Amino acid sequence: MGDHHHGPAKGLGRWLFTTNHKDIGTMYLWFSFAMFILGGFFAMVIRAELFQPGMQLVEPAFFNQMTTLHGLVMVFGAIMPSFVGLANWMIPMMIGAPDMALPRMNNWSFWILPPTFLLLASTLFMEGGAPAFGWTFYAPLSTTYAPPSVTYFIFSVHVLGLSSIMGSINIIATVMNMRAPGMTYMKMPLFVWTWLITAFLLVAVMPVLAGAVTMMLMDIHFGTSFFSAAGGGDPVLFQHVFWFFGHPEVYIIILPAFGVVSQIIPAFSRKPLFGYDSMVYATASIAFLSFIVWAHHMYTVGMPVAGELFFMYATMLIAVPTGVKVFNWISTMWRGSLSFETPMLFSIGFLVLFTIGGFTGLMLSIAPSDFQYHDSYFVVAHFHYVMVAGAVFSMTAAVYYWLPKWCGRMYNETMGKTHFWISFIGFNLTFFPQHFVGLAGMPRRIPDYSLQFADFNMMSSIGAFIYGASQILFLYNVIATIVSGKPTSEEKVWDGAEGLEWTIPTPAPYHTFETPPKIDPAHAHS
Amino acid sequence: MIRLSANPAIDTVIKLVTVAVAMFAFVFVVMVPLYNVLCDALGINGKTSGDVYTSVPAAVDESRLVTVQFVATNNEGMPWEFGPSTTAMKVHPGAVNDTVFYARNPLPKAMVAQAIPSVSPARAAEYFHKTECFCFNQQPLEGNSAADMPLQFIIDQDLPRDIGTITLSYTIFDVTDMAKGSIAVR
Repeated sequence: MGDHHHGPAKGLGRWLFTTNHKDIGTMYLWFSFAMFILGGFFAMVIRAELFQPGMQLVEPAFFNQMTTLHGLVMVFGAIMPSFVGLANWMIPMMIGAPDMALPRMNNWSFWILPPTFLLLASTLFMEGGAPAFGWTFYAPLSTTYAPPSVTYFIFSVHVLGLSSIMGSINIIATVMNMRAPGMTYMKMPLFVWTWLITAFLLVAVMPVLAGAVTMMLMDIHFGTSFFSAAGGGDPVLFQHVFWFFGHPEVYIIILPAFGVVSQIIPAFSRKPLFGYDSMVYATASIAFLSFIVWAHHMYTVGMPVAGELFFMYATMLIAVPTGVKVFNWISTMWRGSLSFETPMLFSIGFLVLFTIGGFTGLMLSIAPSDFQYHDSYFVVAHFHYVMVAGAVFSMTAAVYYWLPKWCGRMYNETMGKTHFWISFIGFNLTFFPQHFVGLAGMPRRIPDYSLQFADFNMMSSIGAFIYGASQILFLYNVIATIVSGKPTSEEKVWDGAEGLEWTIPTPAPYHTFETPPKIDPAHAHS
Repeated sequence: MIRLSANPAIDTVIKLVTVAVAMFAFVFVVMVPLYNVLCDALGINGKTSGDVYTSVPAAVDESRLVTVQFVATNNEGMPWEFGPSTTAMKVHPGAVNDTVFYARNPLPKAMVAQAIPSVSPARAAEYFHKTECFCFNQQPLEGNSAADMPLQFIIDQDLPRDIGTITLSYTIFDVTDMAKGSIAVR
């Protein structure tokens, strides 16, 4: 027991065998950034091809592989692991726990990820090419007409599903069992709340995804006919199963982002979060509703009118709890002592752009309108406003916000703000015109387009290159901070920040809260 | 809450793993059968019931005629000549009607085909009863041979009066490779 306060082990073994939540969180964050760069590279190929009409750079088949891998890598490799990494770092520190509840499983759930994505990326070099059926891998495109590499894809999805389920079980077990005495559920920081609910969603729907790919595997290799009409199956069944997973999945991506901005906006408004309780209930409502709206992704597949109406009204209902959240964030800022450091800029950027994405989502929820918008660039614009300006902006905000606590050094504020403005302009230049070309009828996932879309597509491509380049600045800023940032030892790096993570020394020691902190019973949530 | 382990974290893990396993099973034992049952019961996707219709023939409704159109499609790569002998029939609800579809295998090798029906409008699917259909079974044909495949159907007397035309579409699939075992076909 004498050796209890040891620091990290030396060498590569530290990272391979670590059970420390901070080490694992760090690995998740770096891995997800690497995947963000990889997925971003695929996006650059797409935008380069679409820079001008006509076939310019790549073959259509390769273009399809790029759109597929871009989606898969960004959703499963970049966004989801980045928030799991953040959860690993922050949840124990926010609830006063010494580590995650299941540290060894935590190690495993990270380390099965890199080989999985290596396997997925290796399909690019296989005969027949990488999967080219879109990240939604609709049957029969992904079964009857799939390239041979589809089996590698199926295996990858199985393993990354396993990783997500293990990570979620760990988060739930931590939050339910390891809160410091006095840290009641309704005192937990909102980031912990949103992750707790997200983790339940993951445990419920990742197995459904596993089921969908298992059925594909059986159709391809074992002669079943789940999705093959010839054998009595139905390709439409695939869409139902996929979106039964897929819709909760989009909330899995966005709820932790909600949690992050719910931490940051109060800190830079120097006011407690407005409507904490309603935030918790709104999050839970969104999670519940996410299970009964899946068919709004497939209005055009041929459903009875009663079905279309049910899914339309249920989808519109989600705007209510989401609106509660947006108004709560705005009310938090109302008459606050605002300051606009980089994390706050990204949070406000999130708020504005996510709301735009929410509104276009509302437009898409209207079944008769959706028949016009379906599979057009309008849909692409919509989900990039919620995935990029929602999830990625909030993740970026989180890195700037907690980076000083993690490494005990301040990032370069000027560079951070520059990163924000270049990102903000680049992002909007990329995706705002896509609303227009989408409404005018440009279909998604097609490597060529009619001449009348040329100008907007060129703008989109230029914006994408700007947005992509701004991430290099981000990477440089983070590395420069870690290597040579201005040291800080203030516990509370931001004067308005609240929460247990700001009561421990800066930089955060390797082991924290080995004895549980005292929670002031009168103190409100943080 | 029932405690499954003295260690509260292990207790949580056991419960959550159970949930995950149950959700995986849910796909196969609930979602897939439920989808098929719902499509059958509600006629969604224009699926007609795969079972032979055996209800007692009631009175023929002489007061109206319903047009039944026949459409035949070959799935991609299916070389058979396949089509209805008549493209449309006018029938009374309740009456028993017979027609045949023509099929010819132009290749020198024996092949097995499976026809998959779909009824449009989908609302009419549950009123379209087949007492005999080549789609109930896989259809083998020797190389360079042809066959007439029978279809016997009854339009239900309860067919909503606003439906005047029903289109029955068949897509024919090459299932030679799958035909080793018998596959239950709906």
